[in-house]
Amino acid sequence: MKDFAALFTAIDQTTKTTRKTEALAAFFRDASDADRLWTIALFSGRRPKRAVTTTQLREWAAEVAGVPLWLLEESYPIVGDLAETLALILPPARSESDKPLSHWISVLRGLHGAEITERKAAIIAAWDELDATERFLFNKLITGGFRIGVSQKLMTRALSRATGQDEPVIALKLMGGWTPETTSYKALIETDDPAADASRPYPFYLAYQLGEPPESLGPATDWQAEWKWDGIRGQLILRDGTHHLWSRGEELITERFPEFSRTRDFLPDGTVLDGEIVTWDGSAPMPFSTLQPRIGRKTVPKKLLREAPVILLAYDLLEQDGADLRAAPMAERRARLEALLDGLPEDAALQASPVLSFDGWESLAALRSSARARRAEGVMLKRRDSPYLSGRKKGDWWKWKLDPLTIDAVMIYAQQGSGRRANLFTDFTFAVWKGNELVPFTKAYSGLTDKEFTQITAWVRKNTLQRFGPVRQVRPEHVFEIAFEGIQPSPRHKSGISLRFPRMSRWRHDKPVNEANSLEDLQQMLAAYGS
Amino acid sequence: MKPVLTFTERGIYCPAGDFFIDPWRPVDRALITHGHADHARPGHARYLATKAALPVMRHRLGAITAEGVDYGTRHRIGDAEVSFHPAGHLPGSAQIRVSVGGEVWVVSGDYKTAPDGLCEAFEPVPCHAFITECTFGLPVFTWADQASVAKEINAWWAANAAQGTYSLLAAYSLGKAQRLLRMIDPEIAPILTHGAVEATNAVLRAQGYALPDTTHVTAGLDVKSCPGALVIAPPSALGSAWARRFKPASSAFASGWMRLRGVRRRRAADRGFVVSDHADWPGLQAAIRETGAERVFATHGYTEIFARWLHAEGYDAAVVPTQFGGEEEDDMPVVEPADAEQAATEQAATAHKAAPETSDPATSAAPDATVPYPTGQNREDATASAPADPDPDDATASGQTDLDTGPNTGPDRR
Repeated sequence: MKDFAALFTAIDQTTKTTRKTEALAAFFRDASDADRLWTIALFSGRRPKRAVTTTQLREWAAEVAGVPLWLLEESYPIVGDLAETLALILPPARSESDKPLSHWISVLRGLHGAEITERKAAIIAAWDELDATERFLFNKLITGGFRIGVSQKLMTRALSRATGQDEPVIALKLMGGWTPETTSYKALIETDDPAADASRPYPFYLAYQLGEPPESLGPATDWQAEWKWDGIRGQLILRDGTHHLWSRGEELITERFPEFSRTRDFLPDGTVLDGEIVTWDGSAPMPFSTLQPRIGRKTVPKKLLREAPVILLAYDLLEQDGADLRAAPMAERRARLEALLDGLPEDAALQASPVLSFDGWESLAALRSSARARRAEGVMLKRRDSPYLSGRKKGDWWKWKLDPLTIDAVMIYAQQGSGRRANLFTDFTFAVWKGNELVPFTKAYSGLTDKEFTQITAWVRKNTLQRFGPVRQVRPEHVFEIAFEGIQPSPRHKSGISLRFPRMSRWRHDKPVNEANSLEDLQQMLAAYGS
Repeated sequence: MKPVLTFTERGIYCPAGDFFIDPWRPVDRALITHGHADHARPGHARYLATKAALPVMRHRLGAITAEGVDYGTRHRIGDAEVSFHPAGHLPGSAQIRVSVGGEVWVVSGDYKTAPDGLCEAFEPVPCHAFITECTFGLPVFTWADQASVAKEINAWWAANAAQGTYSLLAAYSLGKAQRLLRMIDPEIAPILTHGAVEATNAVLRAQGYALPDTTHVTAGLDVKSCPGALVIAPPSALGSAWARRFKPASSAFASGWMRLRGVRRRRAADRGFVVSDHADWPGLQAAIRETGAERVFATHGYTEIFARWLHAEGYDAAVVPTQFGGEEEDDMPVVEPADAEQAATEQAATAHKAAPETSDPATSAAPDATVPYPTGQNREDATASAPADPDPDDATASGQTDLDTGPNTGPDRR
């Protein structure tokens, strides 16, 4: 594990992408196939099936360290990472070893079905021969979540460099539902037949938010515009007589949306569509809140299917008759998409997301300002002659979202963040006035600079009124402008409303607390913009 | 029996001797444990500190009325007998022992138990009640021995120097910087220093603390003539215009917080070295044990957790809210006026006062509670009378607002 620990340290110690890529490429050149495969798996969010629970890990670590469990639990939120907390709290190892990463993974896999005492003995024995970094990584193998600043893009580049294969080829090979248990490095990376897996999706092309006026994009006639829907991005694949649905996070979500099994009746094999999954009232999308229960459930009760039916608003055709269309210009893909979907019955749960007709940027700006009424978040702009790229690339696709709604609110509770934000107060609860009372209505975590978080952290430490576990009630003294994308009624909340994507857009040093907004103001926004 | 020391809104107070220890508001007579800005504040009428601590205090606070005492010597103030004992925190730092009618209380100030080769080594002082800091009072904080950290720093510098890359090491200008100078390989040269560091170096050298040769980075110094040099600067200088003259550079922080990966990443330096002038978890336990005290007051740091632990260990433990900590406790806060140290440099090290390392005490709010309370009791109250989450409803709201990541990795949105 020393080489893997060295790789981790090299990546963790630098913020420079080039250094990370170099370190990773060097590892891919030198490591064994088994270690290569598992490294790819771990850095893309896969992990060996959990052999012990995190509760057991905590108990065993506390026991070995000779500290009470509560003390370990109190340390955890401060460290911000369980695997790290355990690694730090354990006494130094009494011996040393250098077994490969894949060895430790087989150890963990071997624990399935073992007696609990045997599992415990194996874990404790492992801790006792690993140094601090190795131990942290070993714990990560169990708890999962290797967030160490290795993006899919970076790993793709490193593999490309180590193998001499082109990046898009590697990117395609890494997509899909492969598991390290059922494939090998050779099969995954070295074979030349990525299409062997019929479920394999194409890497999504992601848009940037438009920061400049649209005039900066050149003539409006070069651009196709669509509504930017407030749903979840999905890729629908019809191949080999079956269908698969992928989320943008590369999660296979076919089972959650049984509506799409019918698409096989209407569309030919060898079709891949990119679009937005939205709940549909028969003529328009329903609010995102109605889609939420659908996302969380692996099996869908009939009642929910009836109340919150979904459709795919398709906006791109990536594959037709088994041929990859991504290099074709947007305009051509769009024409083929429309021809393909033309005349589909309503119960096909599939429609083309309409193209907006506009003459000139001004007329599009006017359309955009009506987006909320159309249950959209703004408009999407796509260059008519552009291919379908992979990943987030600037230039051909832009999202041009509506300006957010804002309200001035008072901070009343604060909680420490975790991970990179451990030890800083970053999670806040905000309130608005209802008469003389402050009513909490939202939480927000983001939007401030590191410097502002540091400032507010020092302030919270000195102005805590009461503690409830990790949560501190603070003096109601600071006003923040909260920006959000949408507002909905919510009987579950004390305030009766819930916000979409709330974040702190500004620290209103200039505003005294009594000038913060009121619940009435929120209710008026709900009446005006709520859906 | 009346308590030897009480906790007031101006700081720790001794009624029998009518003096304060490290007060945060102006008082008539202040006993000072050490020269860090959160302990030695301006505005007191009379100061009392160790002889070794005074030069730095005078340097930082300007013209003060101060008296210096030797370690270990007992002095009478009113009905109290006081003495100063090495705290091992930085040169001249002390614990203050106060004895009234045979009852002995000790205020630790900031301390570390492991000797660092520069300052007077920590000495346990037997007492009935011990008022201890617990900046790093969690079992996740244990320090490796100084020699092995020195090796890491030496290796980092050597690798940089071999490539002509500057090694930019951030450390507090009083204490940490000088300790590092003593820790590292004496062969390392040249060593360049920021004005705030060099000013303190000069004060300590004049007192007889031996430090390796350093070169103050002034406008007239051509840094290009010393590629691959080690540069020591206060944390606020990193990322400033001052630091940009060193190119290419590898940056590092030396602090106890570097033990936590989250903090290391947030600082966005290339390296983090775990070097602290505070006691680690085993150090705190040992120090408390060796005092033989039955009563322990936890001041700055993870006070609630630490006091709960002590309580479980059989001590009569309580939490005392103080305004100490800021030098390290607040997570190496950028709380220090960001450009103050830098400004101080521009005016050169000859300036009378170096910039403060903590926030202006005048802007800090007064503590709400001044009376120590049994921690166990307080925790129970908190959990019994209040919900775990201020607004349980809002917990579900976060479920909604976090949807971008969805369940597991979650279906993402474009």
